[in-house]
Amino acid sequence: MHPVVSIMLQRLALGLMTLFFVSIIIFMAIEMLPGDFTQAVLGQAATEETVAAFRRELGLDQPAYIRYFDWVGGVLQGDFGTSFSGRASSGVDRSREVVDLIGPRLANTLFLAGMTAVIAVPLALLLGITAALWRGSLYDRAVNATTLSTISMPEFFVAYILILFLGSLYPVFPSLANVSADTPFWERVYRCALPAMTLTLVIVAHMMRMTRAAIINLLASPYIEMARLKGLSATRVILFHALPNAWAPIVNVIAFNLAYLIVGVVVVEVVFVYPGIGQLMVDAVTTRDIPVVQACALIFAATYILLNLLADIISIVTNPRLLHPR
Amino acid sequence: MSESEGYSAAAEVGAVRMRRSWRERAWIELKKAPFTAWLGLVIILAYVFVAIFAPWLAPYGEADAQFGAYEPWSGAHVFGTDQIGRDILSRLIYGARNTIGIALATTLLAFLIGGSLALVAAISRGWIDQVLSRAVDVLISIPSLIFALMLLSIYGSTTLSLIVIIAVLDSTRVFRLGRAVAMNVVVMDYVEAARLRGEGLGWIMRREILPNIMPPLVAEFGLRFCFVFLTIAALSFLGVGIQPPTADWGSMVRENASLIQFAQFDLRAGITPLLPAAAIAILTIAVNFVVDWFLMKTSGLRDEP
Repeated sequence: MHPVVSIMLQRLALGLMTLFFVSIIIFMAIEMLPGDFTQAVLGQAATEETVAAFRRELGLDQPAYIRYFDWVGGVLQGDFGTSFSGRASSGVDRSREVVDLIGPRLANTLFLAGMTAVIAVPLALLLGITAALWRGSLYDRAVNATTLSTISMPEFFVAYILILFLGSLYPVFPSLANVSADTPFWERVYRCALPAMTLTLVIVAHMMRMTRAAIINLLASPYIEMARLKGLSATRVILFHALPNAWAPIVNVIAFNLAYLIVGVVVVEVVFVYPGIGQLMVDAVTTRDIPVVQACALIFAATYILLNLLADIISIVTNPRLLHPR
Repeated sequence: MSESEGYSAAAEVGAVRMRRSWRERAWIELKKAPFTAWLGLVIILAYVFVAIFAPWLAPYGEADAQFGAYEPWSGAHVFGTDQIGRDILSRLIYGARNTIGIALATTLLAFLIGGSLALVAAISRGWIDQVLSRAVDVLISIPSLIFALMLLSIYGSTTLSLIVIIAVLDSTRVFRLGRAVAMNVVVMDYVEAARLRGEGLGWIMRREILPNIMPPLVAEFGLRFCFVFLTIAALSFLGVGIQPPTADWGSMVRENASLIQFAQFDLRAGITPLLPAAAIAILTIAVNFVVDWFLMKTSGLRDEP
């Protein structure tokens, strides 16, 4: 088998394994709850029958491994179970399907993340590569100092500074990003401007620094020096000698930061009251609505793992050393 | 000085010179430190001072809610009061104590867990190393903020569970680094010699390996502290971290966030919610400065040529 294929299959298997273990950990969340959580969900006045029915609905009368496969089977078919909230002690069940809660919000989050990525990735690569090429110049130092201080700031600090200047002092953009399913596209972009800007600032800083480090590392390698000593032009050295080897680190940087975006999105959604999945998760944590928390955690973790897997595979596929084995 | 034959200038000079004390050596290093490192150190010391002497520095109590809500900046309340009439300056000062204290305790616990497991894995290798490393691989593949949110929803948001959860999650990162650097040291002859001498696991960990992997671990401690500090601030900001009435910078930002809408009418009111956030940012930047300098000092590790 071609080495690329076998390495790719290895990575794929490893990624699926990780996903499997992660799903077990997330499933265990409900196992780790104290025994009396049914009372906490249904209220103190819950009757014996209501509690028993609730426990049967959750399948607590069955062994854990059967429930795990039930849960995973449901998730694969898009069924994340039923939310804990909306249940009354009398047995009246006004709870909603977790999927109905998550569906529209997931779309909103993906929109915000996608909008950020479209702005941030090209910007960061441009800044990173130029800073690496003009290393030590005033431009490099200025970009470096700015990004270092952005990295050290909590996301909500960046968000509130933007709100202060662009939302409050000079009201250019709305400081609450309230969108709904029928908001037209450009209106949506306008309302998402501040959250997307916040995320962009945070991500670009990380991405730019990592790109710069990767390129500098690469430019220091002997074969680049050889190409320079041969008298090739700077453009040729970069485009034909450095870039083929640079794809792997750059793709890794992008994937790593898009994965980081997942975490950043939680805080930013709360700041701007954006109806996304991150805010849903935080609300569910406050009310200890475990099925919703599990579903959100699984979605975040799966995205994270898949992004990293994708980066791994792309960096394998683009690695010239693996493509032309000796 | 080992060379005994003949005259050696180095031996003569070396004999007169007294061995510098730890304090003198530290001072010599400090004098050569760049401005940013100095700035970072001064800021960190100032934070520590405020955190330790909070009850003497704060004009009012931590949860003293006897004033009017949202009072403007004035002589009596330097930064005004918050939504239920607590003095913001006092809460900022107490917040230094709570936020930094909790972050520090968490980082220490993370290093205790992660560091010792890393050393055990590196020394014993074999299946213990395999099991620990694979477990860490799985844990590290869940974003730690998401994982922390999930665990907090199970165990509830008490300070203790916050510390333990974040410490366990961050110990995986410590484990990775600790194992990697310890692996380079365990293959050294002197470790082998100690093992042949019959020293136990504890001795080898403490006396042979730990002193040799200290510099990267100290730098990691600084960076980890920043990370933990930012995570806890984020969780508190989300309302699932440090709970009221404990003064904490993350939750203070959330509580006063609505003031920012009044920036057009009173700029100072608009800045108020940014103060605790700025306090967080300044400390992280300061620690980063010091860590940068320390890394440069101990390993020559820097991306500048």
